[in-house]
Amino acid sequence: MKQVKLMQGNEACVEGALYAGCRFYAGYPITPSTEIAEGCAVRMPQVGGRFIQMEDEIASCAAAIGASAAGTKSMTATSGPGFSLKQENLGYACLTEVPFVLVDVQRAGPSTGLPTSPSQGDMMQAKWGTHGDHPIIAIAPSTVEECYKLCVRCFNLSEKYRTPVLFMMDEIVGHLRESVELPEDGELEVIDRAAPADPKNAGPAYACPNGELVPVMAPFGQGQRYNITGLIHTDDGFPTNSNDIADSQVRRLIRKIEENRDDIITYEEKDLEDADTCIVCYGGTARSVYSAVETLRAEGKKVGIFRPITVWPFPEKELEAISGKVKRIVVAEHNDGQILLEVQRVVKDNCKVDFIGKINGTVITPDEIVAKVKEA
Amino acid sequence: MASKLIDKYFREAHLPHIWCPGCGHGVLMRDVAQAVENLGLDKDKVVLVSGIGCSSRAAGYMDFNTMHTTHGRALAFATGIKMAHPELEVIVIMGDGDASAIGGNHLIHAARRNIGITAIVFNNDIYGMTGGQYSPTTPYGEKGTTAPYGNIDRPFDIPKVAEAAGATYTARGTAYDARLTTKLIEEGIRHKGFSIIECASICPTYYGRKNKKGSAVDMYTWQKENSIPAAKAKDMTPEELEGKLVVGELSRSEFPELTEQYQKIIDKFQK
Amino acid sequence: MSKMEIRLAGTGGQGLITGTIILAEAGIFENKFVAQSQSYGPEARGGMCKGEVIISDEKIGFTKVTKPTFVMALSQLSFEKYCYGLSDECFVLVDETIEVPADYQRKNFLKLPILATAREKVGKMQTVNIVSIGAINEILKLSSFENVKKAVLLHIPKGTEELNLKALEEGAKLLTK
Repeated sequence: MKQVKLMQGNEACVEGALYAGCRFYAGYPITPSTEIAEGCAVRMPQVGGRFIQMEDEIASCAAAIGASAAGTKSMTATSGPGFSLKQENLGYACLTEVPFVLVDVQRAGPSTGLPTSPSQGDMMQAKWGTHGDHPIIAIAPSTVEECYKLCVRCFNLSEKYRTPVLFMMDEIVGHLRESVELPEDGELEVIDRAAPADPKNAGPAYACPNGELVPVMAPFGQGQRYNITGLIHTDDGFPTNSNDIADSQVRRLIRKIEENRDDIITYEEKDLEDADTCIVCYGGTARSVYSAVETLRAEGKKVGIFRPITVWPFPEKELEAISGKVKRIVVAEHNDGQILLEVQRVVKDNCKVDFIGKINGTVITPDEIVAKVKEA
Repeated sequence: MASKLIDKYFREAHLPHIWCPGCGHGVLMRDVAQAVENLGLDKDKVVLVSGIGCSSRAAGYMDFNTMHTTHGRALAFATGIKMAHPELEVIVIMGDGDASAIGGNHLIHAARRNIGITAIVFNNDIYGMTGGQYSPTTPYGEKGTTAPYGNIDRPFDIPKVAEAAGATYTARGTAYDARLTTKLIEEGIRHKGFSIIECASICPTYYGRKNKKGSAVDMYTWQKENSIPAAKAKDMTPEELEGKLVVGELSRSEFPELTEQYQKIIDKFQK
Repeated sequence: MSKMEIRLAGTGGQGLITGTIILAEAGIFENKFVAQSQSYGPEARGGMCKGEVIISDEKIGFTKVTKPTFVMALSQLSFEKYCYGLSDECFVLVDETIEVPADYQRKNFLKLPILATAREKVGKMQTVNIVSIGAINEILKLSSFENVKKAVLLHIPKGTEELNLKALEEGAKLLTK
């Protein structure tokens, strides 16, 4: 029989990271993500990994990227203001194609806001927070078990596509304790980044021959001796001002995510077969929606759920198909309408789009969602 | 000798470098290569991390595992590399802005932790890449494009800051004295723990021109004439040392190196 | 009952959050679905404090307690804040030191010497949460005594096993006597 364990979401995130092979964590304490740092401080040395508490969020992000450049899967976690500080080096990792996982346990903002209260106010920052055009992968867990299993997936996607992956948790799931069915060794897929067979004789680190989208390079220390830079760079990693290279490089970064949407995107569809109303939600908000839909279904209302698990890239194709079948979509999220914008962009005039959001630091209750759905 | 050094340690395809004629950075970059050569380090195991600014471009030219990072953050990236892979020799090249302005916090904490990184500061007393703004090491009263009426900030003494923060080896070299500077860098790399070597560079293009310091040759001559060996400086008064460059090994102390301490924690669980 | 929504409220330092964690743990041993959450921030460090746990036969959607089926208050303030506006069926347990107004009428209401039991019978005020759990489990029959014991042992400091098991038994005895 499988081991079932009572775990907090933040704790499950740590265990998921370890399962995925993460062996380096750099962080700075910030509520409500602190338990991730505390967990890594305890667990990393037990498995031969390393933990360091850095002087700030910027340094934590930098250290995680440094460790990964030398070949060690790494993670940093933060909340609210810390997420803003991470943005500089997040962009660096996008352009330099150094994989790592950045966890944001979202709390109510702006600024210091309500440090212990739930929010999903960082969803657009996740997409656009770091400057310049860049793709991003962001995943949002709704249960403690997902905090574990989706964290493994974050690492897998990060390694496979050599890109930072954002694990967009929230206070609701971060601080929640639930039972987790612990996966056994080998049960979940664990992906390691591709590396050249013979690093000493490998070609340019950033070369992507034959239309490939993800470069294959050895970690530092194995003899390939290339340059990593946050400047637009040539195939061997050397800075260049070439506009052609700038164009092709940034477009390749975008394409490596866009052209692999079907691999990257996962979502949950629930009770949609006969639904005339679809509630779109993600992360901790889904918990309120599950209960609301149960109530509404019991009253005979035809309501279903579409829950993007991968929020970025946004599951446009899937939502568009739903919007052609239902009469109405209600977006529920703990902000003033961020993913709502994305839904409106995708749905256009296919159906009516309504919104329920909260920015006062309290959780949207199932009753509030029921009432919203019942509004004409 | 120099050409052999270039063959072995530089990415020749990317030379010549972008630095201005007379700039001290090229000399200092060569000193770093010479120090690595003297120590006989394995190039594959050397990681060179830099920040942003004129100094940071050194990373691209040198044939190690090189990482040109974000402004001021080089030490933070380097800390991740060294912490995760203590077997690598991690050398950081920073400018004065990198090390003491935007990255000042990372400098004091890397020093405090005594992590086995060698930090080399190419200090030209000015922001060169952005065109001559005053930096935290621009001398009092000197000019920059953002200090048009003279700098009213007090300058940092970077090795002193690092020593106070816990660096276990601090030194100062100059672009003029390649032999001494190479030796100091060598010693810094050999030292177990956080070491910092401030290298007084020269910027004839901005600092020199703004402050009427003459040609590059004049500026090197000034370094030569105003360098005071640390041993001699001990017996001099602050007044006598005003405006001088105290060079050589400045401080050395003992404290356990960070990654070795962490290894002991890991070892507890490996039984 | 297929779904219990439990709220434990009192003063920071009484270990009530750990109390809800232990109840959740015991629930897992009984193969139930559980969801535990708590108040965070300054209030968890000395002021008013509450922990919540939902124990259910079915998968849990919304994870916060909205319609409590059981509330315990160990301080006057927490009684005033959390023991009003409850459903008729909700069970309210308070410490005997709480001043309950004469017109406070409930179908399921109990006053027990929880603080005094921890202080006098067990001899250690820190065990007040475990005394509570002993009592609550007797009232609600959430888990077998063995499973509660197992859950308690998972969440107490090493070296305090004997003391806490005594607290658990004394808590249970408050009902069986």
